[in-house]
This record gives sequence, structure tokens and C-alpha cells, in this order.
Amino acid sequence: MTSVRTSVAAAIASLLLILIVLELIRGRRLKERYALLWLVTGVVLFVLSAWRDGLNTIAGWLGVSTYPPAILFAIATLFIIIVLLHYSTVLSQLDDQNTLLAQRVALLEERLRAQEEKTDAD
Amino acid sequence: MRAGRIVAIVPAFNEAGAIGGVVDAIRAADPAYDVVVIDDGSSDETGAIARSRGAAVVTLPYNVGIGGTVQTGFKYALEHGYETAVRLDGDGQHDPGELGKLLGPIHRDEADIVTGSRFIDGSGEYRPPLARRIGIVWFARIVSLLIRQQVTDTTSGFQALNRKGIALFAGDYPNDYPEVEAMVLVFKHRLRLVEVPVTMRGRETGQSSITFVRSIYYVFKVTLALFMAMVRRYAVPQEEVRHP
Repeated sequence: MTSVRTSVAAAIASLLLILIVLELIRGRRLKERYALLWLVTGVVLFVLSAWRDGLNTIAGWLGVSTYPPAILFAIATLFIIIVLLHYSTVLSQLDDQNTLLAQRVALLEERLRAQEEKTDAD
Repeated sequence: MRAGRIVAIVPAFNEAGAIGGVVDAIRAADPAYDVVVIDDGSSDETGAIARSRGAAVVTLPYNVGIGGTVQTGFKYALEHGYETAVRLDGDGQHDPGELGKLLGPIHRDEADIVTGSRFIDGSGEYRPPLARRIGIVWFARIVSLLIRQQVTDTTSGFQALNRKGIALFAGDYPNDYPEVEAMVLVFKHRLRLVEVPVTMRGRETGQSSITFVRSIYYVFKVTLALFMAMVRRYAVPQEEVRHP
């Protein structure tokens, strides 16, 4: 069985996560687009912390009879992996875009310099 | 300053089939419009066609999405000193013949931003699919509640703006489904928003960029963004823009 203390601590921790994410959005330090996964993580963890029977049931399904809170760890880990994978794809896209921008700027600079030389020569 | 000139901002992504007709129709509606097409990294001939029909074309180096594309247009309008801007989509669903209706409240100084609504009574030809209709009603309800003003069409990209509206959106414009959140921005900055009835045509070519699964994600994302926009403080320094 999950002890009440564990449940309360886990519920507070997940609530904190939700509040921090919301405050980051409000302060424009986090975009909604990248916050949704964190919010889902926070909500799922909060629900499983507060809903003790649910946690025990899921633990039973997964064959974890000795220590149900381990399921909280497992689910938290799963979500963190999803968030990280998501960020890796975002990072890859930013990488491509950054290269493209650098190339555009370099080509524009070259074109501008050629233009200036032509103007000077006239 | 470009006295008397109005800039028509047309965001376009892979609209080679429609963009030529759109540019022609705007120029035919009133020669006072300067058309600028913002090409959101199209892989087809959208930009080249628009340029050949006499539009200015700003080409983004890669696809930045609808919000960033439209905002590029507002920045263009601000930098070039336009007092008034209209915005219509590159797919031909907005009839340039109706721009006069949108500009009315701007010219009479009754509004800073005017949006064309498909859903004000009498203009009910447009029947979107059920899922889309639920989203439309949902956002209309929430936005109306938040900004304490009845709005019916929160996703309309058929708009007219004065200099204040242009400056606001040039400095701060949301990303996906930007029109919805922009209404809250307008409210928080105490600008005046007016809706006028318009009719919209079906898309001429191409397809709407929204699939069903994505639309569920967008409903959550935009709803979250709406509430965040309401509780955000707006001491945001407006971007300084030089006026050449």
C-alpha cells in the first residue's frame, strides 16, 4: 500500500510542477507549444498521487505488489523520456533552421559587398 | 509616410494556383492598395508568380507558421510607414471586393482593428464540418467572455487595421491560430475591435493546413494561451522600429 505521506508529498510535488510551468508561460519564458507536455505530465502525476486506489490498481496490473509508488517513478520517467524526445526533434529542426539562416546571411552579405563594389566603381 | 496608400498583406504558403488571382483581384478592387505577399517558405512558385503580378514579395527562408508569417507583414507595414493595412489569405477565400466594408470603421475612426466575420447573421452561407464548427463556437464563447464583447468569428484572417493595430501586432503576435489570441491582445492593450459581416468563398486550391488530431491539440494549446494572455502583464516594451 501507498502511505498517505508519500501520496501527499507526490501530490504537492506535481502541483508545484504545474504551477511553475504556468508561471513560466505567464512570464513569457516558456511557450505554450513547449509547455503542454509538461502540463500533461504534471496533471497525470497529480491524479495518480491523489487517487490512491487508482495507483494501487495500476500497480496491480503491472505486477508491482510490494511498492505501488514505484509506478509514480515509472510514469514520471516515461513522460520525461517523451518530453526529451520531443525536445530532440525540436532541437534538430532549430539546428536546420539555424544553418539555413547563417547561409542566407552569408549569401546576402556577399551580394551586398558585390553591389557596393559595383557602386564604388561607377 | 505613404499618405493615402493602404498595404494589403497576403500570407501564402504553397498557393501557386491561387496567388496570382488573389493579387490581381486586390489590385483590381482599388489601385490604392500596395500588395505585399509574405511567402512562408513555399516550395512552389508562389513568390515568383506574386512578383510577376506586381506584388512586393517577402520570402521567409523557411516555414515559420502562420503567426510569424502574418507578423512579418505587419512589420513590413510599420517599417514602410503605412497608416492602414488590410490582411487577406493567399488562397482566395477572401473577396477583395469586401475590403471596403472592413475599412469603413477604420476610416470613421470607430475601430483600431476590424475583422470580417462569416457568422454574423445574414452571411451564413459557410457551413464548416462538425468538428470545425465546435471549435469555432468554443472559441467564440470563450473569447467573448474574456474580452467582454460579443465576437462570432475568432479565426478570421480577413482584417483591416490602423496604425495602432499594425504597431501592436508588429511587436507582439501569437503563433498558431493567431487570430484567436490576438483578440485578447487587442483587448488587453485597450484597442477597439469591431466585427463586420462578410461572405467567404471556399478554398480555390490547396487544402486547409489543419487535420483532425492536430485540431484537438490546437484547441487545448490556444485555450491555454487565451487564459495566459489574460493573466499576463503587458509592460512588454514595443520593438523600436526605424522609419526610413
